[in-house]
Amino acid sequence: MSNYNTEKKKHKVKSHSVGMILPLYIFTILFVACPLIYMVALSFATPGAVHGVEWIFTLDNYKKILEPVYLNTFVQSFKLAVTSTLIIGLVGYPFGYFMAKLPAGKKKKAMLILMLPFWVNSLIRLYGWIIILQKKGILNFVLKKLGIIDKSLKLLYSYPAIVVGMVYVLLPFMILSVYSSAEKMDWSLVEAARDLGAGRIKAFWTITWRLTLPGLLSGVILTFVPSMGLFFIADILGGNKIVLVGSLIQDQMTRGNNWPFAATLAVVMMILTTLMIWLYRKLTNAKDLEGVG
Amino acid sequence: MNKLIQLKNLTKNFDDQQVLRGINLDIYENEFLTLLGPSGCGKTTTLRIIAGFEEPSGGEVLFDGIEISKLPPYKREVNTVFQKYALFPHLNVAENIAFGLNLKKVEKSVIDQKVGKMLKMVGLEGFEKRDVTLLSGGQQQRVAIARALVNEPKVLLLDEPLGALDAKIRKQMQIELKKIQQEVGITFIYVTHDQEEALSMSDTVVVMNNGEIQQIGSPTDIYNEPENRFVAGFIGESNIIEGIMIHDYLVEFDGFQFECVDKGFEDNEEIEVVLRPEDLDIVEPQDAKITGVVKNITFKGVHYEILVETENRIYKVQTTDYAEAGREVGLKFGPEDIHVMYRMGAY
Amino acid sequence: MKKNSKFANLYLVIIFLLMYLPIGVVIVFSFNEAKLPVRFTGFSLKWYQELMGDSAMLQALVNSLILGAASCLVSAVIGTFGAVGLSRLHLKSKGILEYISILPLMIPEIILGMVLMAFFYMLNLPFGMLTLLIGHTVFCVPYILMEVKARLVGMDPSLEEAARDLGASSMRAFFDITLPLIMPAVVSGSLLAFAMSMDDVVISIFINGPKLSTLPIKVYTQIKTGVTPEINALCTIMLAFTVIMLLLYSLIRSIRRKKNR
Repeated sequence: MSNYNTEKKKHKVKSHSVGMILPLYIFTILFVACPLIYMVALSFATPGAVHGVEWIFTLDNYKKILEPVYLNTFVQSFKLAVTSTLIIGLVGYPFGYFMAKLPAGKKKKAMLILMLPFWVNSLIRLYGWIIILQKKGILNFVLKKLGIIDKSLKLLYSYPAIVVGMVYVLLPFMILSVYSSAEKMDWSLVEAARDLGAGRIKAFWTITWRLTLPGLLSGVILTFVPSMGLFFIADILGGNKIVLVGSLIQDQMTRGNNWPFAATLAVVMMILTTLMIWLYRKLTNAKDLEGVG
Repeated sequence: MNKLIQLKNLTKNFDDQQVLRGINLDIYENEFLTLLGPSGCGKTTTLRIIAGFEEPSGGEVLFDGIEISKLPPYKREVNTVFQKYALFPHLNVAENIAFGLNLKKVEKSVIDQKVGKMLKMVGLEGFEKRDVTLLSGGQQQRVAIARALVNEPKVLLLDEPLGALDAKIRKQMQIELKKIQQEVGITFIYVTHDQEEALSMSDTVVVMNNGEIQQIGSPTDIYNEPENRFVAGFIGESNIIEGIMIHDYLVEFDGFQFECVDKGFEDNEEIEVVLRPEDLDIVEPQDAKITGVVKNITFKGVHYEILVETENRIYKVQTTDYAEAGREVGLKFGPEDIHVMYRMGAY
Repeated sequence: MKKNSKFANLYLVIIFLLMYLPIGVVIVFSFNEAKLPVRFTGFSLKWYQELMGDSAMLQALVNSLILGAASCLVSAVIGTFGAVGLSRLHLKSKGILEYISILPLMIPEIILGMVLMAFFYMLNLPFGMLTLLIGHTVFCVPYILMEVKARLVGMDPSLEEAARDLGASSMRAFFDITLPLIMPAVVSGSLLAFAMSMDDVVISIFINGPKLSTLPIKVYTQIKTGVTPEINALCTIMLAFTVIMLLLYSLIRSIRRKKNR
C-alpha cells in the first residue's frame, strides 16, 4: 500500500467536513475579505469630479487626512474615545469584579438584568437620555426642586451628553469582559496571598489586579474601538456639533460623495484598531478577546 | 482456536512522529487480550486502528482473513467502550443502548427485548428511563458496555475503561468484565497501563513500549519470564542486574556465579538478570554469597520492604521477616528465582 | 471566597438603576397624554393606538423582524457547519479563515457599513432587502461561530466516534449526536445575532437603499426630526415581549428538568 493511496483516501473521508466548511469559506472570502481589499484599493483611487471613482492611483487621500480640519476630527474622536473608555473602565471594572463575587444564584440574576437592555434598541435607550437631559427634562427639574440650580442647564447637545451616551451604550461590554476574567479567577489564590501575609490591598494588587487585567484590557478594546465610530450617538446627543471620524466617513459616503477619502479614513481607523488589538495580545499573551462570544 | 484478527507489520505516523513501528499480532476467537504499556507506547493507536478510527500508515489488518484497514468503523464487526464512556448525554439509558440497533432499523419490540436483556446482564435492570448524566461512574461504565455488546460484535475493544473509576469499584468491575466476557464468549481487546489489571483479567498480555511489542504471553509468563529489562521493570518491581551467561544453567553477576534454570543463550553472552523482591530472603551473612547492610525498612501492610545496600547496588527485598536498619545480612535465592533476559539493545 | 461588602452591593444596585433609568423613563412616557415628554400630564393609551395606525412604523418593524430572522437563519447554517468543519479539519488556511470570519466583530461597524456599501455598489447589487441580508449575515456569523466553537471545545470527541462505532455514517453521527449537543450554543448564538440585527443602525443605514427602512433606521430618523411617544409605546411593547419570552424559556427549562429527574 503506497503512501499516495492513504493520502487520497484521507481526503475522501474528510469530504463531508470540507462540504461543511465551504459555505463559511465562500461567504467569508466574498463578503468580508473582498470588501476589505476593495476598501484598501479605493483609498488609493481618485474621486470622480461629481460622483464615482476614477481608478487613477494617488496618495492625495492620505495627504488630505493631514489637513487640520480632518486631523482635528481624528484628535477629537480620539479624545472622546479616551475619555469614554476611561470612565467606562472606572465604572465597569468594579462592577464586573463585584458581580463575579456575588453568590451563584444572584450571579445568574445579575447577568440576566445586565443582558436584558440589550434587547431594547439602543437608540430607544438613548432617547430615554434625551428625555432626561433635555432643557425641560427630568434632571433639570429635579436639580431645580432641590435648589441646586435656579436656571435650567443646557445639558443636552453638549460634549458631556455624548460621553454619557457612549458610556451608557458601551458599559455592558466592559462589564462582561471584566466579569468573565474575574469569574474564571481562582479565589483561593487571593486567600493564599492573604495567608502568606499580604494585606487586603496588597493581595488585590498582586493577585486580583494581575489576573483580571486581560479582562480590563479586552474591555478597553471593546469600548475604545466602537466609540470612534458610533456616529449616531454624537449625532443625536451632541446635535452634530462634534464631528467624529465615524460621522466624517458617513458624510463623505452620502453627502460628500468622496468615497476614496471615506475609504482612506476607514483604512486609517482599521490600522489604529488592529494596532490596539495587537498591543492587547502582546500585553496579555491572549489569543481571543475576553468576553467576546 | 481460530485467528480472528491479524495485524501484519502495522506502522503509523502522526506527522513526523512514528507511533507504531511494525506491530505483528494474532488475536484469537474468544480471547481476553490486553495491550499493556506506558502512555504513548502505541497501545491506544493500535486499538483505534482495529476500531477503524485511524488508518495505518503501512501494514495490514486482517479480520477473518480479509483486509479491513480501509473499512469505515460502522462497517466493522467491532464495537468500542470508550475511555470516558462517551455516553450520549441527550439520550437516556435505553436510548443509548438502542442507538446501534435503531440505525440498523431493527424492529422496536426486538430492540426493547435486547436492551432489557443487556441491562440485566450488566446489572442495571429498571434503569431504562434514567438520565445517563446522573449515573455513577460504575453505572455509566455498565451502560457503555451494554451499548457496545447489544450489537453482538465479534470483538469488543475497551480503551482504559476503568481508568476513571475509584479503586474499589475498579476491582469489582475487573471481576465483572471477565465474567461478561466469558458469558458472551467473544474476543475482548483491552488497553491499559495498569499491570495489575492486565495480569488479573487477561488470557494474553501484550506488553508494548515505544511503538513496538516487547513481549506476548500469558500473565504468568510475562511476570515470571520477562524477556527484557523493560518488561521486567514495567511488570512489578524488580532488581535488574547486568551479568554474563557463562554457559547454559550458569550465570555470573555481582562477582559470583550462580546456578540457574535458563538456557539457550550463547556462552559468555552479556545478559540481564531479574530477581523479584518477593523471591529474596534475608539470612545471616555467612549463609549467602551476596551480603550487605540494611539501609531502610518500611512496613507495607502484608510484608516489609527492605533495602539492602551491597558492594555493587541496592537490592529491594519483600519479606515478612524483620531486620533493623544497620544490620549486616545475606541475600538468599534459589536457581529458579533467577530470570535471565536478553540485554536491551542487544537485539 | 469573600462575600461582597455592603458598599459593593450598593454600587451594583445603583449602576443597575442608572442602566434602567432611561428605559423606565421611556416606558413611563409611553403612557403620557401629552406629546412632549416633559411633564406627565395624565395616563393614556393613545400612543399605542396611534402606533397601531402608523403603517410606516409597522412596516419598518416587519422589515426588521424578517431581516433579523432571515439573517439569523442563514448565519446559523453557515456558522454552525463552519464551526464543526473547522473543528474536524486540519488545513493550513484554517487559522486565517477563522481570523477573517471573526473580523467583523473586531472592526468598527462604521467601517463595515461603509465598505459593504462601496462593495455592493461596485457589484451592482440593488440596495434593499438582499444587501441588508448579506450585511447582517456578515456580522451575525461570528457570534454563532464563536458560540458553537466554544461548545465543541468542551465536547468529548469520542462521542461522535462512539456513534460511528455503533453503525452511524459520519453524516448520521453529525445529525444524531453532534447537532443535538451543540444546539444550545446554536440557539444562544442565534438569539444574540438576532438581537444585534434588530439593534443595528450603523451598518444598515449604509446599505438599506432609499426605499426600505428598518425599525432602528426609522427610530433614528424620528429622533433626528421629531419624535412622537409612539416610539415609547413601541419600546414598551418590545421590552414586554422580551420579558415574556424569557419567562417562557426559563419555565420550559425548569419543567423539562423536573421531567428528567
